[in-house]
This record gives sequence, C-alpha cells and structure tokens, in this order.
Amino acid sequence: MAEALLDAPSPIATSRHADRNRIRALLAQPKVVFAGGFILFLIMLAVFAPLIAPRDPLEQDLLAGTLPPMGFTGAEPGFLLGTDDLGRDVLSRLIFGTRIALIVAFVASALAALLGTLLGLFAGYFRGATDAAVSRLVEIWMAFPPVLLSILVVAIMGAGVGSVIAAIAIIDWTRFARVVRTETMAQAQADYVVAARVLGFGRLAILFREVLPNVAPVLLALLTLEMGIAVIVEAILSFVGLSVSSDTPTWGGMIAQGRQIIHQAWWVFAAPLAALFATVLAFNQVGDGLRRALDPVMQR
Amino acid sequence: MTAPLLSVSHLSAVSSRDGEGAILRDVSLSVARGEVHGIVGESGAGKSTIVKAILGILPGGIRLTGGAIALEGRDLLALDPDARRHVLGAEVALIPQDPLTALNPGRRIGGQLTDGMRLWRGLSGKAAEDRALALLHDVQMREPARVMRAYPHELSGGMRQRVLIAAAFALDPKLVIADEPTTALDVTVQKQILRLIRSLQEQHGTGVIFVTHNLGVVAQICDRATLLYMGRVMEQEATATLLERPRHPYTRALIAACPRYDRPGQDLTPIPADVIAACRAEIASLDPGEASHG
Amino acid sequence: MADVLIDARGVVVAYAGQRTLSGRRLPPRPVLHGVDLTIGRGETVGIVGESGSGKTTLGRALIGLLRPADGSIRFDGNDIVGLPEMAMRPLRRRMQMIFQDPMSSLNPRRTIRSILSDPLLLHAIAADRASAERRVQAVMERVGLPLALLDRYPHELSGGQRQRVGIARAVVLRPDFVLADEIVSGLDVSTQAQVLKLLGELKRELHLAMAFISHDLSVVRTLCDRVYVLSAGRVVEQGRCEAVFKAPAHAYTRALIDAIPLPVVDAGWLTRQSVVAG
Repeated sequence: MAEALLDAPSPIATSRHADRNRIRALLAQPKVVFAGGFILFLIMLAVFAPLIAPRDPLEQDLLAGTLPPMGFTGAEPGFLLGTDDLGRDVLSRLIFGTRIALIVAFVASALAALLGTLLGLFAGYFRGATDAAVSRLVEIWMAFPPVLLSILVVAIMGAGVGSVIAAIAIIDWTRFARVVRTETMAQAQADYVVAARVLGFGRLAILFREVLPNVAPVLLALLTLEMGIAVIVEAILSFVGLSVSSDTPTWGGMIAQGRQIIHQAWWVFAAPLAALFATVLAFNQVGDGLRRALDPVMQR
Repeated sequence: MTAPLLSVSHLSAVSSRDGEGAILRDVSLSVARGEVHGIVGESGAGKSTIVKAILGILPGGIRLTGGAIALEGRDLLALDPDARRHVLGAEVALIPQDPLTALNPGRRIGGQLTDGMRLWRGLSGKAAEDRALALLHDVQMREPARVMRAYPHELSGGMRQRVLIAAAFALDPKLVIADEPTTALDVTVQKQILRLIRSLQEQHGTGVIFVTHNLGVVAQICDRATLLYMGRVMEQEATATLLERPRHPYTRALIAACPRYDRPGQDLTPIPADVIAACRAEIASLDPGEASHG
Repeated sequence: MADVLIDARGVVVAYAGQRTLSGRRLPPRPVLHGVDLTIGRGETVGIVGESGSGKTTLGRALIGLLRPADGSIRFDGNDIVGLPEMAMRPLRRRMQMIFQDPMSSLNPRRTIRSILSDPLLLHAIAADRASAERRVQAVMERVGLPLALLDRYPHELSGGQRQRVGIARAVVLRPDFVLADEIVSGLDVSTQAQVLKLLGELKRELHLAMAFISHDLSVVRTLCDRVYVLSAGRVVEQGRCEAVFKAPAHAYTRALIDAIPLPVVDAGWLTRQSVVAG
C-alpha cells in the first residue's frame, strides 16, 4: 500500500534472522574465537584421549621417574612434559585429566543451571508466596559453608565424579536462581507479557514461551562462567582427595601430588595448574563475549 | 532594519553514522529581538539538530558541512570552544524537553538554580539565592522557599518545568531556546507553561526559538515559524500566513492531518504519498553539492 | 440504543497501601471511585483524562487485567470480575488490546509471523499452520505491511510498522471489542493520521466495539461516538461527542477543551482563563 512508503525504512541490517547477527557479533571478537577454539581443542583431547596421549597415564616406570620436560637437561624423548615421581607421563595424565574436568564442567553447570533457573523463573514470575519461599531458601542455602556441604555430599555418596557433580550442582544453583529471578521480574513487566495474557495464553505457557527466551541470554553467559567455576571446584575437591580415586588422573590430583614433590619436580605441579588457568580463562572469555554479543541486540 | 538577534544561514549537516546521510539541507532562518520563532516538523526533520548546532553540542556522529550561525552578528562557528561557551552561557538559555532528566536528582533545586548566576554573573551566594527566590515567584510557584530546598523528585512535572523556565530566564538571556518543553506535560499544564513562557518573554524582551511538532502550539505562541521536512525548509512564514494561506503542499497536507475537536466527524487525511514523493524529489534535485542556493 | 456489549457498574480499584519503614501498612490508595460505563456493539467510546485520572486503570479493568475491589463488569452478559482464568479464556478471544509502545508489546525474540499466528492456534481458530498462515497474510495485507516482514524480528521494523503489527495482532482473532490504550500518543501527526484512518476502517469492517483511551480530546473527537471524561478516578462528564464538545457541562471538561491549542491563530487563547475544578 502506498502509505507504507511513509514509514521510514529500517536502518537495521537486512539479514533475515537476528540470530545470525548475534553469531556474527560473537565471532567478531577475537578473544571469543581463541577461547572458543581452545575449549573445542580441549573437547577433542578429552574425546580422543586414548588416541592422542603418547602413553598410558597409569603406567608407572620407576626407572623414568622425575624426568624434566623437553628442553631441560636430563629430559628424555617421549616424555614431552616430563614424568612424576612414579614415572608416569605428565602430558598423558594432563590429557586424560581433561576428561574429568570437562565432564564436571558441562554436567555440573547444566544441573545447577536447571535447578536454579526453574526456581528463579517461578519466583520471579509468580512473586508472592512462591518468591518469598524461594528467596528464603536461597538465603539460608547460601549461608552454608560450601566446603562443608561438599564434604557432606561426598561423604554420603562416596568419592567419585558423580558426587563432585552433585556437590557443585547443589551448591551453585543459588547463583542461577538469583540472577534468573531478577531478570524474570524485569521481563515480566514488559508489555508483551501483558499482551500474551490478553490473548488468552496460560501463565505457565507465558513463562516458558515468552519470558524464558528473553532470560536466556543472561542465563547462557552465566552458564559459561559456571563452567569455569566447576572446573576449579573439581580441582579443589580432588586436591583434598574427595574426588575420583587416585588412579584416574585429575588436574587437582596432579596438583596435590606435585605440591609434595615441588622441589624435585616442579613441572608436575606447574603443568596442571597452567591447564586449569587456561581453561577457566577460556570459559570466562567466552562467557564475557556472549554477554557482549547478546546485549547490543536488545538495545536497538 | 536592525540586525537579527540570531541568524542561521545555509546550515548543512551530515551524519557520519548513516554513511554521510544529510541531516540538514541548506537551512536558513532568522530570529529578531523579542520574536518567538517556531521550528516545526515531525521527528527526524532536523529540529533538534539545529538547536544542538546553535548550542555547540552536536553529538559526535553529526558534522556541519556548511553555513553559519551568528548571534547578534557574531559568528558562533568561528569561535573556539571556550569563547563560544562564554558567549552561549551568558546569552543563550535552554528549556529542555524532559524536566525530569534535566535536573540533577541528587541536588536540591536551590543549588541548581543559582549555579548559572554565580558562574556567569558573579553573584554571591546570598544574592543569587534572593534572585532565585524572586524568579520562582515570577514563575508562579506557590512556596518558593520550600521549592528551593526540595529535590526534583518531590515536585510535579509542571513544577519542574517551571523551575527550568526560571533557570532559563535567570540570566536575562538574549535568546531562549525551548526544545519541546511541553511535550511531556498534561494539556492543562501545557497551557499554563505556554502562558508563562510568553509573558516572561514579553517582559524581558527575549527572543525565543520554540521547537515543537504540534501545529496548535505554533499557532498560539509563535510569531513566525519554519517548517522542516527531512532537514530542508519547506516553508517559512508568519504563523498566521503559514496556517491560513499555506503555499507548500506539504504544509497543506500536514494541516489537513491534524485532528481537531471543533470539526465533527472529520475524516483525517494522512499525508498523501504523492506529496511525500514530491518533497523527496524536491530534496533530491537540490542535493548534489548545493551549499549556496538562494 | 445500541445493544450493550460492556456494562461496568460501580467499579472501584485501589492499589494496596505501601509499607512504611516502620512496617506499618498504609491504607489502600483508591484509583477509581465507583465508575459506571457502557459500550455498545460496534460503538467507539473515548475515555479521556489527564495523568492520574485513572483512565489506564479503567481500561485494564475492562479487559480483565486487574481485579476491581468492588463493582461489576459485564462482557456480553458475563461478569468478568473474579472469573478464573480457564473460564476467562473463551472471552479473551473476543476482547483484545492495542498498546501504546509497540516496541515493548512485541516479544523481541519472536518473529512477526509467530506473534500473529500463535493466538490463532491457541484459540483453534486456525486448524493448522497452513490455515494460520493464510489468515496472517490476509491481516498483514489489510494493515498495509509487506509480507516479507513476517520473517523479521520486531527490532528490524520501524516504529510505524511495529504499531501496525500491534493492530494486526489485536484484530487477527476477530474480536468483538478492542481496547486502545494511548496508541497514538507520541506519534507524529502524519503517522497518527494513518493509524487513526486504519483503525476507523477496521472498526467499521469488523463492527468492533472500541474503548479509546487518550489524553488528546482532538483525537477522541475524530474517532469516537461517545466520550467519558475522567478526573481523579471519577467520571465527571459523559455523552455523545458532539454534545460534550459543543456544550460541555462540567467545568473540568471545559478547562480540558479550552487547553487544547488549535492550529488556528487565536489571539485571546493564551490569556483566556478557565477555572479547573477539583
């Protein structure tokens, strides 16, 4: 119709889907590309560990104990990052340690997110008694010392990856609940929620179909940050021996071990520490990049 | 013929964000001493750009590409930023659109009113305060002393706007720019504010530039008006002539699109597409590098 | 006398009192003090008032978004006050709303197609996506929007286009009643004229009853058959538009009309005083 001409043409890009714009904005940040690439690399290491690792991580060779990494005097070929006091190859243990680290990172954060998001959504949307109950629960829960709580969980469930994941999920859901609750309260005020009510949609339908997609960006950014936290918590728990059995290599376990022989073989301590640092940094960068990429879209 | 108070000649501006799209196209207007001049147009016409150009507060993405702005004959664009600040601070005042964001929520009204006086007129604290009280009385505030001690959020929208009007006239400026000052107000309050601006203007002999998109407001408060469309002047006349005997088809179409409570069962006619097309053609034909066109 | 579709009697709305710092709960603040209002089928009624008059609250009560503390609101004979959501749903299809700010009333994460077709599927007006698509395309054409916009997201449209989507959404269900809450405030004169013209055509074609909330009496005069003037939560005047505008009975109405500047030079307008009641 001719009158449609009178509307000013939209200055926004003509791309059909806003998602494509967001992905573009995300990939435009170099740190996201690097960090994301690094995480993908770690995933590859974890999945193909038996094929990539040069040696069996559990194989002990007392004749090849405490060999330094390549480039240092006394190093032997075949042990790129040296060996620990039992002659086990540090690099192979590091690679296999990726498995535990990533499993915990993804599963634990997903569970914490699921629990926290559900409670946060209900609290923020239904307000009143539901909100009061959830908020009270969050306050009380956060008052528990997390370390004691995780020890309790592991004591009940026994040591192992499962208990580590459970401990993290049980402790960290409150972080998600608080953020999601605030974001939900803000979104629930929007006119489009009122519009959905006027159109006749039920309250639950509105919560999951209208509000949740708008809470998702914040949630996603928080999720990647939580992954970094989960990796650290796992490392701490295995450091204190509450994680998996000492045979299976974990970065935390390697750090604990390395601490004891730090003067003879500092690399046993340093290598997993560096890996830990790099991994957490990578998750943080991706999370930060996600937040940035998703925000400007909303401001238009 | 005395020199005009403010003269804008052949002002052009582009936006560096939209790929050098033109924001102002060869705009000229002049405001005489004691005249209320309306700048009228719809959103995006360039009204606030002209105001910002005069005040020297153009945002980073907008750049002047030609023309001059002279206050009492003095070329404002030729001055360096400091000198310009001196001239504008003392001689030109602004009544902004949104009274809420224009006032600092963390400071009392009294302090905000006396700022300008102490800075530009060198008044002492006490003298400035007395003058501020007198001004609040002029703008018909009922309890000036209480208002001086109040914070912005304690006042209603109309009261806040009166404070801003008081602040504008505090320095006895030669020119007051009112940037859509009644848009955010109820219609009964709007009338009071318009009356106030007009009476202060007559009292002080100030020139006023009144920016608005409302033709009714233009009719009742402006002596002359400049009608803008897409950054170009479509018509520039004494108000009565503009509204009663409009020459440009855009002006006629705009007047016809205004709803009126005194016209029963009127079928509003939106601006016809061919009028818009004609305006755009007119603008396009003048575009290629035409800076000095009569 | 038109067949009555909406009949509101003695509507009282009060917002819960605030809690003071000491923990005391202040008495509830009344916003509407017993308002009576009727809207006939196919009739357009203006609800006019300044800020604080309660007009928005009245609109929301009429459409069942908030529950009055007292009074009754009948839609086609059904009292909707206190009606549970499930019973309300079939009625919701027949009463729709257009919002003032189209940016915030369209979900930024849904495509225009989704926004327009979901209500059709919810109320089973369209049996499947294909028939929903047909109706959506028809309504898009009716409001003058190109079909290509269906794949876009709200932020990719201009303000005027978004407002049209809001109107399309309100009429796609073919309701009996539409509430328009300040939908042209803040629009340019030209866009406003387009929207009002579209609305006028739609209400005639679909025989819609409409409640048009506005602070702008000139706009109300253009579109409405009858008008209610609200001040401080009470109806101070009501009647057919011609009568009220030609000879306003209440001082507040007179003040309101008098305060509107017409685009005609009137030397005495500025100084002409009108005593504002209450």
